[in-house]
Amino acid sequence: MSRRRHEDADGSPYAPHSPDETAAMLDEVGVESEAELFDVPDDVRFEGELGIEPRNERELRSEIAATLAKNDDLTEFLGRDHHTHYVPSVVDGLSERAEFLTSYTQYQPEVTQGFLQALFEYQSLLVELTGLPVANCSMYDAATALGEAARLAGRVRAASGTTVLVPEILHENKRAVLENYVDGSDLSIDTYPMDDGNVDVDALAERADEETVMIHVENPTVRGTIEEHLSAIGRVADDVEALFCLGTDVVALGLLEEPAGVGADVVVGEADALGLPTAYGMGLGLFATRESFLRQVPGRLVGASEDETGRRAYTLTLQTREQHIRKERATSNICTNQAWVALRTAMHLSLLGPDGLVDLASECVREAEALSDRLSALEGLSAPVHDRHHFREFLVRTDRPAPAIAGELETEGFAVHAVDEHRLQVCVTEVNAGKTDELVAAFEEVL
Amino acid sequence: MNHDQARYGDDERYESLLSEKDSTEIDIETDADSPLPDDLTRDSVELPSLSEPEVTRHYTRLSQMNWSVETGPYPLGSCTMKYNPTFAEDVAADPNGAVHPDRSEESLQGTLEVLYHLQDYLARIGGMDAVTLQPPAGAAGEFTGILVAKAYHESRDDDRSEVIVPASAHGTNFASAAMAGYDVVELPSGDDGRVDLEALEAAVSEDTAALMLTNPNTVGLFERDIEEIAEIVHDAGGLLYYDGANLNALLGRARPGDMGFDVMHYNVHKTFATPHGGGGPGAGPVGVTEELAQFLPSPRVRERSGAYELYDPERTIGKVHGYQGNWLVLVKAYAYIARLGDAGLEDASAKAVLNANYLAERLDCEIPYEPFHHEFAATAGERDAADVAKHMLDHGVHPPTTKWPEFVPEAMLTEPTEAETIDSLNDLADAFNAAFAADSEALESAPSKTTARRIDQADAARNPQLSWQALEPSEE
Repeated sequence: MSRRRHEDADGSPYAPHSPDETAAMLDEVGVESEAELFDVPDDVRFEGELGIEPRNERELRSEIAATLAKNDDLTEFLGRDHHTHYVPSVVDGLSERAEFLTSYTQYQPEVTQGFLQALFEYQSLLVELTGLPVANCSMYDAATALGEAARLAGRVRAASGTTVLVPEILHENKRAVLENYVDGSDLSIDTYPMDDGNVDVDALAERADEETVMIHVENPTVRGTIEEHLSAIGRVADDVEALFCLGTDVVALGLLEEPAGVGADVVVGEADALGLPTAYGMGLGLFATRESFLRQVPGRLVGASEDETGRRAYTLTLQTREQHIRKERATSNICTNQAWVALRTAMHLSLLGPDGLVDLASECVREAEALSDRLSALEGLSAPVHDRHHFREFLVRTDRPAPAIAGELETEGFAVHAVDEHRLQVCVTEVNAGKTDELVAAFEEVL
Repeated sequence: MNHDQARYGDDERYESLLSEKDSTEIDIETDADSPLPDDLTRDSVELPSLSEPEVTRHYTRLSQMNWSVETGPYPLGSCTMKYNPTFAEDVAADPNGAVHPDRSEESLQGTLEVLYHLQDYLARIGGMDAVTLQPPAGAAGEFTGILVAKAYHESRDDDRSEVIVPASAHGTNFASAAMAGYDVVELPSGDDGRVDLEALEAAVSEDTAALMLTNPNTVGLFERDIEEIAEIVHDAGGLLYYDGANLNALLGRARPGDMGFDVMHYNVHKTFATPHGGGGPGAGPVGVTEELAQFLPSPRVRERSGAYELYDPERTIGKVHGYQGNWLVLVKAYAYIARLGDAGLEDASAKAVLNANYLAERLDCEIPYEPFHHEFAATAGERDAADVAKHMLDHGVHPPTTKWPEFVPEAMLTEPTEAETIDSLNDLADAFNAAFAADSEALESAPSKTTARRIDQADAARNPQLSWQALEPSEE
């Protein structure tokens, strides 16, 4: 049978049928044409054109490259829940192996041991870093992980209250996602005050009561401050029998206080700080919790078992929590998750090892302090605004309007975030640390 | 086809865990140069400490012990495991696209232009008026769509408490509706495998917020009464929601918007060939009619006199993802759609349906519901569909989705996609038929050529070991 392809390139380049093959297949099925296979009533048949012009691969690559080149080439000093660290080349090389990249959820564990083991290892790495015994194999991002934590709190504390307490300073997007995640439940969200970039523990203790099902605290906070009262906050949560939900990220976990050690019941946050380069906000939601909530955990879990030969083997497990079995009574609707990003994060952590991780986290503290000092030395700026230790990022008070300064810095080739009229937020990691001289010079230029 | 999967390891395990290769503890106070006071740091960190060559070998071996669509056929019904074009990876890796979401709109004209065109392409393909790209997966799209429906009803002071979902629907439909706060009303399948109009009439009421439906449905049948279904739901004041899981059957040939659907999600990792990455990331954009556009998540992208900008829809439901969803997935979907164009998209569906029909023709088993399109539900009959699947693994193919939908006894929901050649379809058919011809002993002892032999999944659930820290000491 001839494999001669379409002469007019009129079909999908990824449907491998030659005209002869198509004809033979139609013949076998017993129809004259492909159209005959469609049992679609005339009234709803689409006869028009979509109007999408096909392009060949070469044209399309240069077209999209030209479009993306319209983005300004800025050096970003941006953070706020989406952080950039250097991702070693080998993470791309390994994760893009087609066996990983083009595989599906592991419904047949005997033939997908590789990915299952990688996810089991990812879970284990997070168990080590959080100190909590159960980590799932991903949520979409930090914001949705927080939403899931609140819903878990509602389920395990259903007998009593309905209030989820969050800090008054929380990323506005995270708050908005949380609102939607509790929209269908009887939970409501309330805030507690902050004091100079840390939790105002006395005010929190006053706010928390038997109505409180969960207290969410972040370390580092969205402003980059390191929280100094975690154990006290844990006691407040214990006193009212609320869940203590700690928001963090996978790099910070390498150095800052261990969540289990301060009494955290749930840890959520940004695991994509490792393994994923800046990706316009694409994330990887970290989710870990206590053993006692195991049956209430959202998302997929990989467990170890044995195969018939007695060798250790891995499989998706406790699936009766999940939507494909439990339907409307599932712990979450999540199905597709961020498995491939979790694979990359595990790879990156494996490459760093304990020394590399602690060094990287230490650098996040040192670089922030150094840059803060340098900016504060400039006329018209003072930093950091909060008298705390910082992780990666910090606030800068500006004499001139902050949005104007941010705009002028952009024309100098730098992106920083204007928090409000007189405060900027600046984030520094090893990726942009080499550009701080230029940033300081640009500040001098525009101030 | 013969197939022996890679198998590393020893008598105890396959590839050793990272933690079995090394475990090093760093004491923060004594071994590290910590910039923080001790009371703000942890005491120690214990992780594997491995060199790059060791890490590389570890993951390369793991990859070899993993099935993928580039390895062979992966005909999971409703999952649409088609070929993922490699060039799309290069497009997504463009460093100009690696930007932070807090950047100003003026500095991100390229990114916004891609997103704007993708919104437009998806709207055309679905026959919808407005699209959000924010939901990071299909289930997140469902949740978003149902929140939009809820906002719509609330905007009319119309208090509705129920979402109707066919019994054969994806589990996510039930869970997403429940997450949005709705009671789920399950609609039994009609005898012909389609929606039973009388049952639907009985199910709808002034409490009906929406009916969630996929078309073709879960056994591949087109819901021929779709216009009547839309009328029944709309007459009751409800909205019609389209689950895009099966859109790969209809590209360029029929559009949810033209069938009367008000809200839909697209599974770009299915229909538009973005790689599924072993479970994700996906993306689940949502399309809606003009009337519902004001409720979509914020922000959306629009074009104003040649410049692209972000804006909040007038009565937005807010956000369903911390930022704008899964950019790396969205840009690959854009590349795929633009590569195929009208003719390519239509051909993809035509070949997907042809492949399903050709494969079915060669199987020695019953397929209770016809005429199907891109997928079909074969029944394993007296055999256990799970055993049949394990046997197929030894023939160099991945088996179909098993035991679902539940109304088909011992279902084997099969979707070969357009990417399989006639030869690989023949191989698939041989694998099916070999399993159908095998005796029960052969079925139960399979698989033997995969990395692991049959795994005790019940034990994994009874005795959860979810980390290397939790492994029983005997295995250490």
